[in-house]
Amino acid sequence: MSGETRGAVEFRQVRKLFGGFTAIRSLDLVIAPGELVTLLGPSGCGKTTTLRMLAGLESPTSGKILIGGQDVTRLPANRRDVSMVFQSYALFPHMNVAENVAYGLESGGMKRAEARAAAEAGLELVGLGGLGARLPAEISGGQQQRVAVARALVLEPQVLLLDEPLSNLDARLRRRVRTEIRDLQQRLGFTAVYVTHDQEEALAVSDRIVVMREGEIAQVGTPRELYDAPASEFIADFIGEANVVDAEILSVSSGQAQVRLGAMVAELPARGLAAGPARVALRSNALRVGGAGEAGLEGKVATSAFLGDHVEYEIESALGRIFVIDDESDEPLAPGTAVSLALRPRGAALIP
Amino acid sequence: MSLAGPAEAPAPPCLHSQARVMSQDNRRLDYTLAGALAVLLLVPWYRVRGGFFSFDWPGELAGKHDLWPAMAQAVTGRWQIWPVLLLLALAAVQRLVRAPGAARGRALAVIGAAGLGWMMLEGMSIGLRGWNWGLLETLFGAAAGQPAFGAGALSLGLVFTLLIAFGLAERGALKGDAFVLGAISVLVLLVATFVFYPIVSMFTGAFQDFDGSFTTEGVTRNLIDPKIWSLSCLAGGYCGVAWRTFFLAVATATGTTVLGLAFALVATRTGFPFKKSLRLLTVLPIITPPFVVGLALTLMLGRAGVVTQWIETLTGFELGRWLYGLAGIWIAQMLSFTPISFLILIGVVDGISPSMEEASQTLRSDRWRTFRKVSLPLMAPGLANAFLIGFIESMADFGNPLVLGGSGGVLSTEIFFAVVGAQNDPARAAVLASILLIFTLSAFLAQRLWLAGRNFATVGGKGDGGRHALLPARVSGPVTCIVVVWGGFTVAVYALILFGGFVRIWGLDHSLTLEHYQRAFGIAFDGGVRWTGVAWNSFWTTMKIALLAAPLTAAVGLMTAWLIVRQHFPGRAAFEFALMMSFAIPGTVIGISYIMAFNLPPVQMTGSAAILIACFVFRNMPVGVRGGVAAMAQLDGSLDEASLTLGAGSGRTMRRVILPLMRPAILAALVYSFVRAITSISAVIFLVSAKYNMATAYIVGLVENGEYGIAIAYSSVLIVVMISIIGGFQLLVGERQMRRRENGMKEARA
Ligand SMILES: Nc1ncnc2c1ncn2[C@@H]1O[C@H](COP(=O)(O)OP(=O)(O)O)[C@@H](O)[C@H]1O
Ligand SMILES: [Mg+2]
Repeated sequence: MSGETRGAVEFRQVRKLFGGFTAIRSLDLVIAPGELVTLLGPSGCGKTTTLRMLAGLESPTSGKILIGGQDVTRLPANRRDVSMVFQSYALFPHMNVAENVAYGLESGGMKRAEARAAAEAGLELVGLGGLGARLPAEISGGQQQRVAVARALVLEPQVLLLDEPLSNLDARLRRRVRTEIRDLQQRLGFTAVYVTHDQEEALAVSDRIVVMREGEIAQVGTPRELYDAPASEFIADFIGEANVVDAEILSVSSGQAQVRLGAMVAELPARGLAAGPARVALRSNALRVGGAGEAGLEGKVATSAFLGDHVEYEIESALGRIFVIDDESDEPLAPGTAVSLALRPRGAALIP
Repeated sequence: MSLAGPAEAPAPPCLHSQARVMSQDNRRLDYTLAGALAVLLLVPWYRVRGGFFSFDWPGELAGKHDLWPAMAQAVTGRWQIWPVLLLLALAAVQRLVRAPGAARGRALAVIGAAGLGWMMLEGMSIGLRGWNWGLLETLFGAAAGQPAFGAGALSLGLVFTLLIAFGLAERGALKGDAFVLGAISVLVLLVATFVFYPIVSMFTGAFQDFDGSFTTEGVTRNLIDPKIWSLSCLAGGYCGVAWRTFFLAVATATGTTVLGLAFALVATRTGFPFKKSLRLLTVLPIITPPFVVGLALTLMLGRAGVVTQWIETLTGFELGRWLYGLAGIWIAQMLSFTPISFLILIGVVDGISPSMEEASQTLRSDRWRTFRKVSLPLMAPGLANAFLIGFIESMADFGNPLVLGGSGGVLSTEIFFAVVGAQNDPARAAVLASILLIFTLSAFLAQRLWLAGRNFATVGGKGDGGRHALLPARVSGPVTCIVVVWGGFTVAVYALILFGGFVRIWGLDHSLTLEHYQRAFGIAFDGGVRWTGVAWNSFWTTMKIALLAAPLTAAVGLMTAWLIVRQHFPGRAAFEFALMMSFAIPGTVIGISYIMAFNLPPVQMTGSAAILIACFVFRNMPVGVRGGVAAMAQLDGSLDEASLTLGAGSGRTMRRVILPLMRPAILAALVYSFVRAITSISAVIFLVSAKYNMATAYIVGLVENGEYGIAIAYSSVLIVVMISIIGGFQLLVGERQMRRRENGMKEARA
């Protein structure tokens, strides 16, 4: 194996049936070495199944899986050069923390003393040095999570797999631990495949995001691409809760389209579309709320909620009911107030 | 009303409801006291020989002093009843002159406790022929003897118990809930009478002479008896019965645990084609009267057994009587109890989170290492549990040793022969029973205390789903082999039971016949139905007693479960623990202790149907409690609370909310206690009488007389009856669940 392919992953037309049920329709995906790729999608879309096929815990019905350029489709889990952090952590309750971390090393034939030393180093890496003698039941949820990461990392796998690794942590801890995982990954440079159903988490940690829907890939791209150029209404809605509204492309020239949105006209990247009816994704921060009579779209406040540093509105307008965030004024407008909505330079995109 | 008492109920929210509470306090007291008065005037105080419910006694009242009610007894010189009357009068005065409240509550509770205490004291002290203890006679002079307590006295005991409960309620204990307090008090009284009093009587029985005076002679003689304690078998001799029982129990526990694990692994971790039908095995111990397996083994491997004869003709080798002894009992117990261990270990093996095994696989471990390092250690506490339960079952087993024991018995059979045989040595029976009890209780305590902290609950919250690893090849091969062989053996044994009833004379004449069934279950139709078969009498008695015991067991068990789960009374944990401990009391010990406790006043029940019913109710109650606790734990506690905040009392909540929701659990408890009443033998055999003979005891009698044909025919009928009962029950409950699920799915789709 050359240095270049170590850590590369490839799915080739992978398909997975459970009985008659198609969990994965046909998956083609290439992951570069050292990349952190997130599988994102609603519950039941096949993220875990994809990950488990990569780990060797499920075998694909058809297609091929390559790790480090080598075909591993028929290789059992214990012979694959990957390791996995489980959603429940799956720490062995009858072994202490150090034994848990050393377990995989000893399975691989390492001497006990050597394995213990490596385990201690692994625990240091995740900031848990000195906790080796505790039982998993004797440490906190966040610490258990880090033990699970250390246990997977000490094997120095080509690919680290993480299945919703933060779902058993509380919201505050989640933010911190995801940063730690991202830091570790950047520092050590391993490839990681990360499963989550939380779009914010995905945006925060990923090099690239694979959005899945009903056993298929809906779109692959960097967080920026997915946000700015959603390939479909589903993506637009799933990433950043956009308002999807009807619009009309008046004309297209040199890749820019003149788009009419109700009473407004905006210039947006054409994304290959021609003149005619179209759909536009409007992020919640794409519109500015102004007083009645100002230029822009007329509307009326339907609901408002004050959330500390910003105000959320639903505004009834000619485009339908639109969800808008206003972070400029701090006095919420009462429902029924007439307002006007003006387009900001960012946050709107044509949907192909 | 004093405002200072710490036990005071919280101030009622308004005067109106305070008045309502107070009138309730008075009303239930009025009913209770009126009832007590009626009992004192009308109901015979002492036991009616022919049975209270025969209602022959009103006609004979005139001549017999013993049949008179309490008031008449008191007037004609039975001074021991005077304190009872006095205390009731005091209670009535409290009711009339004082308002409900903490002060009156304390007084009522004291009166109730004093009444109960006095009745116990005088009941134990004065027997049929006067004072029970010489010391009392020298102190107080002679006293007239008295019969055992009857309906009147027992009702008054209940009244005093209720007075305690109502008194505590008025003092505000448990938020002044009289229903809960009453239920707890009555339960405690019942458990004390029917579980602890007999055991204590048994212990004291060991220290009594034939005339009841204290002696340590019997105990010391038996305690050092080499027939009990010798260990010379280690040196090639013959071991004492205590050690033999112990070694047998260890062997059985080991064997059933290994076999149970093999079955559990095959049923859950292999591609074995008949996995579903393996689970059918788990019903066997429920439907099989315990001695039946031993019986079938004699047909197969005994002197005239098919396999024995086959081997002897084939090899010319004389096999002899090897089956009658510990070896035979061991095989029978392995057959009988492996399904129980299987049932426990299925739960254990299934309970290991699959992600543990998957994690191990992703950590470079193959199936064998995963099994050895992860799966097995995680099962260890479960295995220990199965071992201890196998140990207790083997110790308590009576049916198999009785059929197969021959001369080398075990503790349970030795106890039996110590009282029924020519020996008639109650002290020996009591000592042996105490030894047996100590063994089983130690095992129970070990299971409860030692294993309690060792349960590896899976760490973490949300699970991963995932799949259990298949067994490594080097395990699955041997294990499947064991299961096939042992499963085949079990099937053969049961086939033999069903088949044996149709064979003319086992071992000699294998021509088919219906003769045994005719003799056992013959019916003649000459001008009406006549039940001519010899089995009918015990069969109908069994059905009747089981039918009476089942609802009582279910009621007591579920009531207790409700108290344990939903009410937070002081001593709850201890109460639950004591109840569960009674599960570890072997049936033989219960039988012998019931005889010792209920043969003489104050409570005399031997020879009646009541003692059988009481035995079943309190022996099977822990099962009802366990089922009830499990079912109740699934009902959200907020349901009760909702009902309470809607103004319903505890009683009404129980009736209108809890019971309807628990219907499946109730049904299960009913069926289970019914079936257990039919199959049990160990306690029953001490308690049956000519008038009330039970099927199992009757069959054992047949076996002892060598009438195998009828015995087997009768056993088969019992098994078939129970299969139909359980099958019908499963159909009923299963179908209901299915319907609910289907409806749910329709709704989900809509
Ligand atoms: N072992 C299995 N047997 C049958 N169906 C399965 C199995 N595992 C997953 N599925 C189904 O496959 C689909 C995808 O599951 P999964 O990959 O777990 O989704 P998620 O994206 O939420 O992780 C779901 O509809 C699920 O019900
Ligand atoms: Mg998942």
